[in-house]
Parts: sequence; structure tokens; C-alpha cells
Amino acid sequence: MNGVHDMGGMQGYGPVQREVNEPIFHAAWERQAMGLTVLMGGSGPWNIDQARSARESLPPSLYLSSSYYQIWIEALERLMLARGLVSAHELHTGAMSAPALPVRVIAADQVDAAMARGTSAERPVRAPARFEVGQRVRARQMHPTGHTRLPRYVRGHIGTVQAVRGVHVLPDRHTAHPPTSEAEQGEWLYTVVFDARDLWGAQADPTVRVSVDAWESYLEPVVTA
Amino acid sequence: MPLPAGGVGVPPTLTYHARMNPPTHLDPHGHAHGHDHDHSHLGEMDVRVRALQTLLVQKGYIDPAALDRIIELYEKEVGPHNGARVVARAWDDPAYRDWLLTDATAAIADMGYSGRQGEHMVVVPNTPDEHNLVVCTLCSCYPWPVLGLPPVWYKSAPYRSKAVIDPRGVLADFGVSLPDSQRIRVWDSTAEVRYLVLPERPAGTQGWSREQLAELVTRDSMIGTGLALTPQQAAQASRVAATSSAKTGTPQQPAGGAA
Repeated sequence: MNGVHDMGGMQGYGPVQREVNEPIFHAAWERQAMGLTVLMGGSGPWNIDQARSARESLPPSLYLSSSYYQIWIEALERLMLARGLVSAHELHTGAMSAPALPVRVIAADQVDAAMARGTSAERPVRAPARFEVGQRVRARQMHPTGHTRLPRYVRGHIGTVQAVRGVHVLPDRHTAHPPTSEAEQGEWLYTVVFDARDLWGAQADPTVRVSVDAWESYLEPVVTA
Repeated sequence: MPLPAGGVGVPPTLTYHARMNPPTHLDPHGHAHGHDHDHSHLGEMDVRVRALQTLLVQKGYIDPAALDRIIELYEKEVGPHNGARVVARAWDDPAYRDWLLTDATAAIADMGYSGRQGEHMVVVPNTPDEHNLVVCTLCSCYPWPVLGLPPVWYKSAPYRSKAVIDPRGVLADFGVSLPDSQRIRVWDSTAEVRYLVLPERPAGTQGWSREQLAELVTRDSMIGTGLALTPQQAAQASRVAATSSAKTGTPQQPAGGAA
């Protein structure tokens, strides 16, 4: 989706503002927002791509006017509602009034191991990689309405494959709900590097190169005459 | 940059500036206390998140002790001191450096750091010819096992928008100026690969222990928005920290932004 989250290359947001001795959390609720979001995600009702999709699908004005943990809470509530884990009435009252659905609850003594394990994005290889290191490729000119991880600022531009990262689950399909076997399949993932002048024009800094990590279906070969 | 009051359907108090930019003033207790913050709104978030937590615990989805533990883990334990130890070892041991640059996930796991948001690690080395900068333009992807949770600026629109089109401008925002001849390589973390910058080892550190070296490695130097501290900068930073913690009675963050 050509959403407000896809910020690369936008202008007018002003300088990056650092905070000296920034605390990990700026308010008590931010602790809970992080903990609830990560624990519920680990419980399995949605995967990371579905969580990202929920965040970037928020109304643009809400996204821009929210702190990042507010965005997490907005998306968490929407995901809980969408999966039927809570009702709108329960969210409004803050009290349970409908039966719970079965989820894999993470116990306190499982937290460290679950975090240290993480969730691999790798999937079995099903076909040889189409592209190789050093090959020129074009990021497809595409505008899917659903979730994608190909930022707008590289679409249509030619870059060079710098690394082949393995076979990773494709976010565009991984958002399918309910999950399908196809949604869990992987695709070759590449680091593709672009010259800044190819992305931003002749006035760009010639010493800058920018890469994205792009799945195979985001790319097409460049045919040289 | 504030939006025009009343623009795009946002209540005037909820300007972009107020919400996405961090508070920049510290009260006498060292607590962030930004003038831009709308306190009634923060109170509203407190109430809202507390109600959500109560509900999720009631429904049996959340173990309150697990919530306490995960907060403790990412507030007190996992942080940029992990990454600093990785960098210091790479500076000290060429064989480890080679391993880190060829199989970062395994080399970092060897230090005891692994898992969520660091499942597929890649380490990129700065050289006199090339400086690396890491961003996530689409959200907030960040290597948690080695750096902890990202700072507000990393997730903010100014950084995410500007890093890929004007990286030297971003570095200037951080007070960093590189030679014009040093190329800049920006890594946009658009997949599950997580990048960590291996900063250049500062001059004048021959014979230093890994513990001493780790003190020079700031969080920002591992993102690419800063450089490792020189021995002189580190000495000055530790004097400031000592003075500051003597005043407030609280220890300082070990690895904050570069001076």
C-alpha cells in the first residue's frame, strides 16, 4: 500500500531531534504497550507482517499524530478485535464480557527463552535463485493495495544485487488471514544497492549508495542490448 | 515541523511535532518533561493501556508476571552495551572480526545475544573509504539483541524520511561531519535482516582491554549516526556522567548518543 508509513525520501519533517540521556520508556503506559504487543504477538494470533500491516493501515492523520507506542496500541486493539479475541464492548469497558479464545499464553518463565529464540523468517528452498551477486536488476514498478516491503523510492529504478540473503517468507503473502500453506512459502531475498543519483537525480550526492532488501518477485532482470 | 493548526483533521494539540518528536527538556529529577507534550493525552493513554492490560489478563491472554519480566528484560538487561561488547571483541580479535563479517548471527550468538529482531544479523564495517548508516524507512526495524529497543528518533519521520535522500544532512543533525571523499552506504532494513555497523577503532587505543574498548562504542556508532568515541571524548563523557549521577543519584545510560 502506498501508505503514510513509506517515508523514505519525503521532505519537510525537519531535522532529526535527539534526546540527551533518553529513557527507554517515556511514560508508564509505554512499558505496558511494548510488553503487551510483544507478548500477544508471541502468542501467535498474528504474525509480524500482519502486525506491520495493521500499523501502516491506520488512518494517515492518526499515524502521523501518534507516537510509535501509540501506533502499536492502536494496531494491537484492532488486531485483537479482528481476531475476535476481544469485543468492542470489552475494549470500551475494560472488563471481560465474552468468553476467551484459546491462545498460546507465554508464561513468565518462558519469556527469556522465547525472546532469545525469536522467529526465523527463513523457509525451505524450493527453486534456485533467479539472480546472482553483481547482476543488474530493476525494482518493479508496482503499487499493490495490500502489505508490501518494497518502498516507493526504489520502484522502477535499476540497482545491483550485492548479496543473496536466503529464502525468506514473503510479507505480501504472509499477511493472508486465515493462514494458507502458500502464505508460509518463502522466496529468495536479495540486498539490492542503488546509486543515489539513480534514485534522486543528477543533483544527488555521488558518494552515496542506498540498499533495500528485496524479495525476488519485487525484481526483474535488466535486459542489456 | 508543526503542521498547520487544525490541518488534516487532527486536533490542534495533537500536532505532528508534539507527538513524534521527543521531549528535549529534563526536569531536576532527570525525567523527560517536554513542553510540547499534551499531558491530558498522555493521561488518556495511561488509562487506555491500563484498561487493555486488565482486560487481557482477565481473559487469560497475558500472564502479568510475564509482562513484568519482558519489560524488565528490555528496560534493564538488553541494550547497546551488548553490541559494544561485540564491537570491542571484533576490534581486539581479527579472527572474530572475520567471523562477524561472514556469519554475524552465529558470531553474535557466541557472545550470548540472539533472538527476536536479531534472527538474521549482518554486520557492516566502516572504513576510511566508506561509512555505513542503518535505517528502517517503513517502520522501526532495529537489532534488538545487540542494541535493545530503538530510540524515539530512530522511529521518527525526520530520520526515516531523510536518511535515504540526505544522509549527510542526517549526520549533520547528529553533529557528525565526514570527509567529502568518504562514501556513504545506507542500509534500509526492509526485510528481516538486521544490520549493525562496526565502527572504526579510534586511534590511541593500542593495548586496551576489551572492557576499555567497549566504553568507546556508543549506540549511535553502531547505527551509523555517530562515530566511536576517542579516548579523550570518553574521558570527558565519564567525568560528566560522574558529576551528573552525583547530582541525581542515578547511574547514566552507558551508551548514549555520541558527544
